Amino acid sequence: MTLLDEFQLFLKTLGWPDWAYYSVPALTGIVIIVAAVLTIVIVFIWWERRLLGRFQIRLGPNRCGPEGIFQPIATAVKILLKEDIVPAKADKVVHFIAPIAVFVPVLMVFAVIPFDKAAILVDLNVGAIYIIAISSLSMLAIFMAAWASCNKYSLIAGLRAIAQMVSYELPVVMSLVGVAMMASSLSMVKIVEAQTLPFILLQPLGCLIFFLGSLAEMNRCPFDLLEADSEIVAGYHTEYSGMKFALFYLGEYGVAFVYAAVITTLFLSGWQGPFLPPVLWFLIKVFLVFTLILWMRATLPRLRVDQLMTFAWKFMLPMSLINLIVVAIEILLVPASLQWVMIVINFGLAAVLILLFSRMFTFGGGRVEV
Amino acid sequence: MLAQYGYVGILLICAIGFTVIIPLIPKILMVMGLIPTKKNPTKEGQYECGMQTIGKTWVQYNFRYYFFAVLFVLFDMLTIFLYPWAVNVTGLGVGGLIAVGIFLAILIIGYLYAWRKGALQWK
Repeated sequence: MTLLDEFQLFLKTLGWPDWAYYSVPALTGIVIIVAAVLTIVIVFIWWERRLLGRFQIRLGPNRCGPEGIFQPIATAVKILLKEDIVPAKADKVVHFIAPIAVFVPVLMVFAVIPFDKAAILVDLNVGAIYIIAISSLSMLAIFMAAWASCNKYSLIAGLRAIAQMVSYELPVVMSLVGVAMMASSLSMVKIVEAQTLPFILLQPLGCLIFFLGSLAEMNRCPFDLLEADSEIVAGYHTEYSGMKFALFYLGEYGVAFVYAAVITTLFLSGWQGPFLPPVLWFLIKVFLVFTLILWMRATLPRLRVDQLMTFAWKFMLPMSLINLIVVAIEILLVPASLQWVMIVINFGLAAVLILLFSRMFTFGGGRVEV
Repeated sequence: MLAQYGYVGILLICAIGFTVIIPLIPKILMVMGLIPTKKNPTKEGQYECGMQTIGKTWVQYNFRYYFFAVLFVLFDMLTIFLYPWAVNVTGLGVGGLIAVGIFLAILIIGYLYAWRKGALQWK
């Protein structure tokens, strides 16, 4: 029984007409979701700029409000008042639609993310597949933006985007199969409820692959080849300004929030936790994942395109296949009372596989030829 | 069941509505004169490090990842078949695992062949 259902029953007892008691709770939920997403995205922007400053031994924004908390709002107002420039040769219609198409899937994904057992818009029984399907639509929108800009740098970024999506979609989807096997369900609520132990302990390899793959899907360092400023200016949003650029910016952080929330739900046991209220636990875990993403950005240099593809096809895909088979065998053979055996085996296997596969790559100095 | 997807539909409409409004706000502010509109040919050209663009942008392009795309389709089909099995691993038991194992083995042979042939190399 979600909060939405309870609201519906309450309206039914008041004797509202059918269409009203169906749509009013949904609209209320949607307004709350959109407001929550925007608020958290704004906090993310502030957190990233502040923390990145600290990583680089500088202060970061600290003028607007306490600890610079109002800096994202100042930035938003500045962007709002910028001139909207559209290149003369651009495909005007697609140029307008692209930023919208980037941000809509981000909001759509939050339909199935459980902030709490009851705080979810719809608990679809194919929730996990829904997330995979919707979240990869943003990549298509990025290609639309890149193509419509009529800029050579953007076009290169668009082609890279598709190559990246095609490569990293597979490991992500494969490691999700492992989660589906353990929870024997694809519904997000049931996946969280199945995690008496967080799945990060039971399948560390799957979690690692999912984390790296989602880094690539949200175009974060070290996989941010789409906006590699030192090579292709600003990539797909070179020709965007004003509020259209702001939508890309929001979309980028929105996707980061989406994947942080999905990782929290799938591997870090979602809202579950002692003492604190569930929603707070969920947000704490989301912020931990986002901080880890930031840490990666501050630490690692950007990959080259061929390294990126090699990493996906020769490292992550074989590992995710092995993970899949091993998890399936363990589920069939290891009884539920001996879960600690599974933890030991999987951590050992992850360590051995990572060591073995990393021997194949020689990073630093020279091209990687595998 | 259908009612649940109805919520997703409502969310889609709301999301599109909300997102379309954002780039339309500057248009209103433009009419009010808060946002500058000073067009000139240089500003509307494509950005390319200050130089004029040579030739067309929308040209035929060697996109290099044809083999990756083919392999992607192959493995994506695989995952579609994996999900129904994955949600009922214990129910299908060892027999199901062997069936999926054979299915995976065929694909892995193809994958190793592609690796050997150098199709997984970004040239």
